[in-house]
Amino acid sequence: MLTKRIIACLDVRAGRVVKGIQFLDIIDAGDPAELAHRHARGGADEIVLLDITATHEGRGTLLDTVKRTAASLFVPFTVGGGIRSAADAAAVFNAGADKVSINSSAIARPELIAEIGSSFGAQAVIVAIDARRPDARRAAGSRDPVGDAEVFVNGGRISTGRRVIEWAREAEQRGAGEILLTSMDTDGMRNGFDCELTRRVSEAVQIPVIASGGAGSAAHFAEVFLAGKADAALAASIFHFGITDSRALKAEVAAAGVPMRLPC
Amino acid sequence: MIAVIDYKAGNLTSVVKTLRYLGADDIVVTQSPEDVLRADKIVLPGVGHFHATQLLTDLGLTAATREAVAAGTPFLGICVGLQWLYEGSTEAPDTPGLAHFAGQCERFPETFEGADLKSPHVGWNSLENLRPNSRLLHGIDPGSFVYFTHSWRAPISADTAAATLYGGAFTAAVERDNVMGVQFHPEKSAATGLRVLKNFLDL
Repeated sequence: MLTKRIIACLDVRAGRVVKGIQFLDIIDAGDPAELAHRHARGGADEIVLLDITATHEGRGTLLDTVKRTAASLFVPFTVGGGIRSAADAAAVFNAGADKVSINSSAIARPELIAEIGSSFGAQAVIVAIDARRPDARRAAGSRDPVGDAEVFVNGGRISTGRRVIEWAREAEQRGAGEILLTSMDTDGMRNGFDCELTRRVSEAVQIPVIASGGAGSAAHFAEVFLAGKADAALAASIFHFGITDSRALKAEVAAAGVPMRLPC
Repeated sequence: MIAVIDYKAGNLTSVVKTLRYLGADDIVVTQSPEDVLRADKIVLPGVGHFHATQLLTDLGLTAATREAVAAGTPFLGICVGLQWLYEGSTEAPDTPGLAHFAGQCERFPETFEGADLKSPHVGWNSLENLRPNSRLLHGIDPGSFVYFTHSWRAPISADTAAATLYGGAFTAAVERDNVMGVQFHPEKSAATGLRVLKNFLDL
């Protein structure tokens, strides 16, 4: 039967993997191609590379990084960060990516979803959504704080005023292949995913939903797959400090009753 | 020479890269019927809408493929490339397939056994009921996982070499003599996928 996926995410700046610890220092954590390859050998079901380079000049470095990473990778490889046009996406696909992830550029110009999908296939377009539940003050006046979760852009700082569930539905209608849902409330805290929000989004669309934000243990993954109805879960922080082996993690998640790709 | 057919329906970079990685050094990415006719092996990777396969007929590649496989040239269709080997797909009723295998490709149902079925079928699923003398799947264990991403599927028939379960059983791999197809992406399926492609290269 179809298994749930554990996806390793690498944040990349200027061609190097970076890891932020508790929103403080950015540490150089190595070469993306080498790390991606190690994660894949360690059992990760997919690799995501997120380019967080701020400047436009960084694009050339990114494409070179994508090419080198794709060269020895034989699991699905998604690239996101700064893709603003179909031409940007084409360059990334030609460099070896299988899927692209688009976030603020999609909500700014939703036509982009179909533009990329019509050339490369809908399955190649992931729409990433950064979500925040209403803050305590606004939540007090809300009958449905989960349903009122809003889409944020610019690294989760600026509210778009749009509801997550509604934007996820629109993205699906416009031809997104998958939704990558990041809870900015739980992100980086390693205290679990936002399972309730994930479940609501998963039930609202027919396309797969990838949960992101908050993974700290195998139990968190099991919970977001079962209660959260996620089809896949993405993790970065949990793989800190050189941990590139997903097998033990997957075995624990499988023991909780979740179908996993094992052996891997 | 291995002809990899490019019908402009997606990204064949990964397929070509993987074939080269496995040692194939004479690969031609082509839209030319002449290349297909002189090839030692043919690969047709395909993603996206079934309707896009119409270009194969418009370019003379359907006729060339028919002639090449009749002469015994090994042929491997990947994803939509497998679906095209059948009579057609309900995704594009006006676009005929090669009709080498009987049957129509159909959409996954929206529900199965009382639960909603997500579509497309995306992720790692297992190969079951492997045909024992399959050359394409030689050395692959039943239950091995491979990576799928598709919304339409080919029916089970006597030519099915491996089945996968999602909303019921469907054809994950098809094989009759020199004509073969895989619904999954072998270039994205880690060691199992590499073995499938290696088996094809070694034919």
